[in-house]
Amino acid sequence: MSTAPALDDERPSAAAPRKKRRTSANQRKLNRAAYLFILPFFVIFTTMLVIPLVYAGYLSLFESKLIGGETFAWFANYARAVQDPDFLAGLGRMALFLVIQVPIMLGLSLFLALALDSGRARGSRSVRLLVFMPYAVPAVVATLMWGYLYGPDFGPIAQIARSVGFGTPDFLSPENILGSMMNIVSWEFIGYNMIIMYAALRSIPSELYEAAEIDGAGQIRTAWSVKIPAIRPAILLTVIFSIIGTFQLFNEPSLLNAIAPDAITNSFTPNYYAYNLAFINQELNYAAAIAFLLGIVIAITSYVVQLNEQRRERKERSGA
Amino acid sequence: MTDMETRAAVTVGAEGAPPRSRKSAATHRRFAPERRRNWLITIMLWLLVLYFILPIWWLVVSSTKDNSALFSTFGLWFAPELSLWENLQTLFTIRGGLFGRWILNTVFYAGTAAVGATLLSAMAGYAFAKYRFPGSAALFSITLGAIMIPLTALALPTYLLFSRAGLTDTPWAIIVPSLVSPFGVYLMRVYAADAIPDSMIEAARVDGAGEFRIFWQVGLRLLGPGLVTVFLFSLVATWNNYFLPLIMLNTSELYPLTVGLAQLQSAASAGGGSQALFSTVITGSFVSILPLVIAFLFLQRYWQSGLATGGVKG
Repeated sequence: MSTAPALDDERPSAAAPRKKRRTSANQRKLNRAAYLFILPFFVIFTTMLVIPLVYAGYLSLFESKLIGGETFAWFANYARAVQDPDFLAGLGRMALFLVIQVPIMLGLSLFLALALDSGRARGSRSVRLLVFMPYAVPAVVATLMWGYLYGPDFGPIAQIARSVGFGTPDFLSPENILGSMMNIVSWEFIGYNMIIMYAALRSIPSELYEAAEIDGAGQIRTAWSVKIPAIRPAILLTVIFSIIGTFQLFNEPSLLNAIAPDAITNSFTPNYYAYNLAFINQELNYAAAIAFLLGIVIAITSYVVQLNEQRRERKERSGA
Repeated sequence: MTDMETRAAVTVGAEGAPPRSRKSAATHRRFAPERRRNWLITIMLWLLVLYFILPIWWLVVSSTKDNSALFSTFGLWFAPELSLWENLQTLFTIRGGLFGRWILNTVFYAGTAAVGATLLSAMAGYAFAKYRFPGSAALFSITLGAIMIPLTALALPTYLLFSRAGLTDTPWAIIVPSLVSPFGVYLMRVYAADAIPDSMIEAARVDGAGEFRIFWQVGLRLLGPGLVTVFLFSLVATWNNYFLPLIMLNTSELYPLTVGLAQLQSAASAGGGSQALFSTVITGSFVSILPLVIAFLFLQRYWQSGLATGGVKG
C-alpha cells in the first residue's frame, strides 16, 4: 500500500537488460550489485524496525504477575485497553486534533504555498524561509518557548492583555491546554507542510497554466481548478504525515506537564500514556499493547484516507 | 563529520540547480513575467510571518535579560541593561560546563546519524531506481509501508532490546535507530530516476567500470541536491529528537541538547524562579536553535531543488 504518488514501476529502465527468459551471467552480476546496494539499509531496517515491531507484538500478548512471572495472556491486554477510559480519552483528544488542528494547519500551509507560487507578494523568498524557520526549532525548545509566552507572569501575551485591560488569559488551564497545544504544533509544522506543497506547485508543467490562461481563468479560479488538483498527491502526503504525527504526540504534553501539572494528566495523549505506563508504572506488557494498538489505529486511519482518495480519483476518471 | 558535510556541499556546488527532467517537471515557466504585485496578499503574508517570527524574536530578546528583567520588562523589547554575556557565561559554566558537552553530543549524534542515513538511503534508492532485480517491487512496497509505522511506538521495544544487549546509555542507542529513513529511500529513488540518465550508466559499463565505481563517481555526483535534502531532514530529525534519548540515556554527560534543556527547565520550574535558571534555560534554547537555522539558510538552494524534484510529483 503505497502512500506515495504512483511511481511508474513498470517502466523498464533502459539500463536494465531486456532479456527476461534466462538470467544471463551479466544479469546475475547486476542483481548481485543491486542486492549489495540495498543490503545495508535493510539490515538496519530489519533490526531497528521489523524486530522491535514483532517484539512489541509478542510482549503485548503476555502478562506479568507478581506470582508466577510472565504468563501468556492472549488478548487480555488489548481487552483492557479497549475499555480503558484513560486510553480512550487520549484517543478522543487526538481525534479532536485531527478534525480541528490538522485542517487549520494544512489550510494555512496551502494558502501560503499558493500565495507564494502566484508571485503576487513582495519579498516572497524571505516569507518562505521565515515561515519554514520553526521547523528547525526542536519541539522541546518550541514547547519551552510557548510555555513562557503563555505564562501568566512574564509572558508577553499576558502582558499585552493586561495593559489593554483584558485581565490575564489562562492558556494553561485544563480547558485551554488542548487549544494551546494545537497552536504549538501548528506553529512548528505549517512551514514544513507549506514547503512540500510549494515544491509540488513549482513542478506543475506550464502547459496546464497556458490552457487556463487561454480560457481566461483568474488567479483564484486557476488555483482552485488547476493548481490544487495538480498537487493532490502532495496534499495527501501531508495529510498522512499529519495523521501519523498527531497520534504520536509526546514532546508537547510531557514538557507542558512541568508547567501545567493539573492540566496535563499522565494519559493526556496515547503515546505519553504508553511512556508513563512503561517507565513510571513498570507495566511493560500493557504499554506494549497500547503502543501496538496505536500503530493499528494509525495504519487504519491512513489507509481509510488513501482509499477515499483512490475512490475519488476513479470516480473522476469515469465521470470525465 | 563536518568534513563529510563540506564535501557533500562541494560536490554539488557546481550543479546545484535541479536536473532538467525529460518530463519538463521542475521547470515551471512563468507565463506572465510582468506580474502585478498585490498589496493585499503581501500584507496578509507578512502578518502571518509575524506569527512565526515573534516567538523567535521573543527568544532572542529574552536571552539578553537577567532573571529580574524577565519578569519586570516587556517581553518583546530589550531591557535597558543587556545581560547576554553574563547569561552565556552562566550557561556554559553551570553544572561544570555540561551545556557545552550537550552541544558536542548533539552534533555528534545528529551528524553521524544523518551521514549514515543519507548514505544508506542513497544506495538503496539508487538500486531501486536503476536496477531491476527479483523482489525489488515487494521490498520497495515494504519500505513505503514502513513510512506509516509510528516510530515512537517502536521506541519501547527498541529500548528493551537494547537494554538486553547492554547498549542503553551509549551513543549507539541514539545513532543506530536514527539510521533508518524509509522516506529518504523513497526520495532518493524518485530523485535518482530523474537525475541519472541510463545512458551514462551504460557508457560507464562499456568503459569497464564496476557497478560500485559507477555509483560513487557518477551516481553520487548527480544526486547532489537530493543528498543534501535527505541529509538535512535526517539531521533535523535526530537533532530535535527528544523521546528516544529520553528513554535510552541516564547519564547527564551523554544527553543531547533536547533532554538537557528539558531537565534544566524542570529544575527551573521546581526552583520557583528563585535561582537564576529561567534566563539560563532561555539562553540555552536560543543557542540550541542557531546551528540548524544557519544550516538551513546556507543550504537552502540545495534542499529546495532537492524537494522540488523528489517532491511528490503528480
